[in-house]
Amino acid sequence: MTSKNLSDTRPVGVIGAGNFGSAVANLLARHRNVLLYARDEKVIKRIAQTRENRGHSMHKNITPTSDLQLLARECEVIFPIVPSSHFRSMMKKLSPYLHPYHILIHGTKGLDITLPKGQTIETVNKLNRSQVKTMSEVIREESVVVRVGCLAGPNLSKELAARHPAATVIASPFNEVITLGKKLLRNDRFQVYGNNELIGVELAGVLKNIIAIASGALSGMGYGENARGLLISRGVVEMIHVGRALGGNTKAFLGVAGIGDLVTTSNSTLSRNFQVGYKLAQGMTLKEILESMDEIAEGVNAVQIVKKCTDYYKLRAPITTTLYKVLFEDLTVKQAISYLMRYPLNVDIDFLD
Amino acid sequence: MPVEVLEKKNKNKQYKPILEGIPDWPVYRLSRNRKEFIEEVAQKSAERIKQLRPTRKQLIDELEATVYREQQRMKRNRWRVDPPDEGKFWSKIKQDLIDLSGKPLDDHNRKEEEILNVIVHRYASEIAGNFKPSSYRFAREMIKFWFSRLLNASRVKKFGGFFRNQYTLRDKIQIVGKVKQLRSLARKGTIVMVPTHFSNLDSILIGWIIHALGLPAFIYGAGLNLFNMKIFAYFMNSLGAYKVDRRKKNLPYLETLKMYSGIAIQRGAHSLFFPGGTRSRSGMIEKMLKLGLLSTTVEAQRNIYLNTPPGEKPQKIFVVPVTLNYHFVLEAPELIDDYLSIKGQDRYLPEQDPHGSWGLVKFMIKFFTKGSNISVSIGRGLDVLGNYVDDEGNSLDVHGRVINTEDYFISNGQLTVDAQRENEYTRMLSQRIVTEYHRINRIFASHLVAFVAFEMWQKKHPKLDLFGLLRLPEEELALDYAEFRKTCKRIRKKIYQLKKEDKANHATHLKGKIDLVIKHGLENVGIFHLKRPLLYNKEGNIITQDLNLLYYYHNRMVGYDLEKFI
Repeated sequence: MTSKNLSDTRPVGVIGAGNFGSAVANLLARHRNVLLYARDEKVIKRIAQTRENRGHSMHKNITPTSDLQLLARECEVIFPIVPSSHFRSMMKKLSPYLHPYHILIHGTKGLDITLPKGQTIETVNKLNRSQVKTMSEVIREESVVVRVGCLAGPNLSKELAARHPAATVIASPFNEVITLGKKLLRNDRFQVYGNNELIGVELAGVLKNIIAIASGALSGMGYGENARGLLISRGVVEMIHVGRALGGNTKAFLGVAGIGDLVTTSNSTLSRNFQVGYKLAQGMTLKEILESMDEIAEGVNAVQIVKKCTDYYKLRAPITTTLYKVLFEDLTVKQAISYLMRYPLNVDIDFLD
Repeated sequence: MPVEVLEKKNKNKQYKPILEGIPDWPVYRLSRNRKEFIEEVAQKSAERIKQLRPTRKQLIDELEATVYREQQRMKRNRWRVDPPDEGKFWSKIKQDLIDLSGKPLDDHNRKEEEILNVIVHRYASEIAGNFKPSSYRFAREMIKFWFSRLLNASRVKKFGGFFRNQYTLRDKIQIVGKVKQLRSLARKGTIVMVPTHFSNLDSILIGWIIHALGLPAFIYGAGLNLFNMKIFAYFMNSLGAYKVDRRKKNLPYLETLKMYSGIAIQRGAHSLFFPGGTRSRSGMIEKMLKLGLLSTTVEAQRNIYLNTPPGEKPQKIFVVPVTLNYHFVLEAPELIDDYLSIKGQDRYLPEQDPHGSWGLVKFMIKFFTKGSNISVSIGRGLDVLGNYVDDEGNSLDVHGRVINTEDYFISNGQLTVDAQRENEYTRMLSQRIVTEYHRINRIFASHLVAFVAFEMWQKKHPKLDLFGLLRLPEEELALDYAEFRKTCKRIRKKIYQLKKEDKANHATHLKGKIDLVIKHGLENVGIFHLKRPLLYNKEGNIITQDLNLLYYYHNRMVGYDLEKFI
């Protein structure tokens, strides 16, 4: 209502001091004070003393902390950016300090799974939608916060840090959240778009990671741009097909967070998911690859989860299922490609009707 | 004849009224200040409409559209309750608008606003209920007297049974669920009760239930079509009903209606409306709720927070979902016909009530003389965001921590008005109510057998779509009893499982020997229809006389994802 009031000077919270978390904290710090939560005391110390984290030089407005309660008390707006596998446990810890006036905008492109007792993602055969949740759904389940949004789009942390022009999407059913997100993030090198299709945008962010791995594999095989063009366009079709079945809206996949992000990650050697595919094609095993990385490649998880969802809902998703065989069974990249090239379905576009 | 089996001894007891004298009832206070209340509704509705149509041109267009639609309605679909002077009224409005259009747009001194005021004022008076304590008491006693006479006449098999009081309505209608909490919340705040809607009988039934629970009369939104029937009109008026005319879809009417409901809630009048809008045509539990009236609860709560002076405790609104569970719905044949003709994209059949007052009386007699219990499940109270509340009215989060509902309306540390946000909240609330419906719905034996039989036939004809299936000749259909029994048992087990997971509820009669449960189900499903949806044949196998009706009763259990276990 009023343009200037107390909370304009209140800090904004970021949870997770990984690559993307640090980049977002820096973007926010241009407008506001930022409280940055990290689990690791060493990281906190390092940021406080050297203002350096994972290759980002941290803005002076950022204060690192290990106190979630303090963060929730001080900040009305919080950006949780932690890997999907830790997201729910983080929310459980944060939830007791949250109130309905809080606004949460997450930046995690992954899925959460709830498995029956004694099962692991490896042993479970199929997954249905009640077992697979997007991060906004986890927030809603674990806390009283309803005004939830997500950040998605082509946001490679290193490029953001270098202040290359880029854009992001804030998706939320609440216009209020979108407006706020724009206000907090926008600057002369960073454009922010709004989208009301929260679930669709989240799913787009997850599914594109799968295609990114496949794209890395093509590059690793030394194939050129024809192959990539083919992959990306078929990838979009697959993303929409699967995404709609999981509750997303087609429109969400055609914007900055869908095609925009897909093209970026599929072409970028900076992307961790791309790296996974690239190294696979070069003959490394998944285990070796994962050990060589300092942060989680969400796409690997996504392949596993989405493959098991497509089995449950009997969806056709050739790229995902073939990639699954390469990652977790003993199909080679070469065999996978020759299988896909012989795949019988060849209608170009079937999602616009 | 139906057997009264397996139902746990009904522990329904008499509840004392929570407010002794009628003069304390909010609904009475509303009606005593009826005139002033209508003024307020009209004035605020006009303001709202002007906000929605900010330019003069937009407002005039809206008014012209309203007149056009009203005149069309009068031409096509007139009802007995419609006031005789409405033709004249709308011609006058039309003339005023024509006069207006003749003049240039700036020198007519806001005449269009005057016209708007006249219209909304008329609408507000049309909608307003007319609660009178004397006729409330009379109606209440009437209902009680005749219901129990009928009941005893049929049950007490002795000479003079008619005048005995051995059975009361309470034995016929079971009330289960969070009764104590509801009574407690009604003292602490304002109740908005939102029942499922399957039958025209619901309106009267729920009125009786509110009384039986010792609660003061609620104001209700009742379909104007019900007022066509004199017997209904009398009871509804006296029970505090206001009128909802679903033929009128124009903006001034809808805004006035919402304003009426909203202001009444803000003034603390316990309210009731059927959020599904009309009766469920398909027989399914409502999945999509009408958001219009529901949004008034969210808005009213926000206004209460805005207008409560600092230091005072703001009045809280509690949303209470209720399901009404029947073995039999009088109008089922018409409802399912409507549903199928809409779904089959045939021409639309306008709503008709072939059962006049007499039909209803006949039904009542049948209902009381021949078994077939009704049960009413009262759900746990919710705040306007769909959080559970405790008996004290505190909102709880999923972990049981007390939270402040006011916080949902706060941004930047201030209470703000944000229509888009509230629309979203209303949508969330409606989803929550639907979940609660499924959770508290009591599955009857009759629902089980109807569901299993229909799904088995569907499975036996995998290539037929719904309409193909419904076209099958009934006389050629029969289910082997042994197979039917096995499937019923399997599905019943799944229902137990759902109950354990707190996703559904079932009547106590669903337990026990499966043969008896099936028998109970078959004897009760759609019991008074000319053609029975399900019965035994001579060989003891299962047959149907009316697939459409079977489909209707089967639909009650759609939404639990049980189809795949057939």
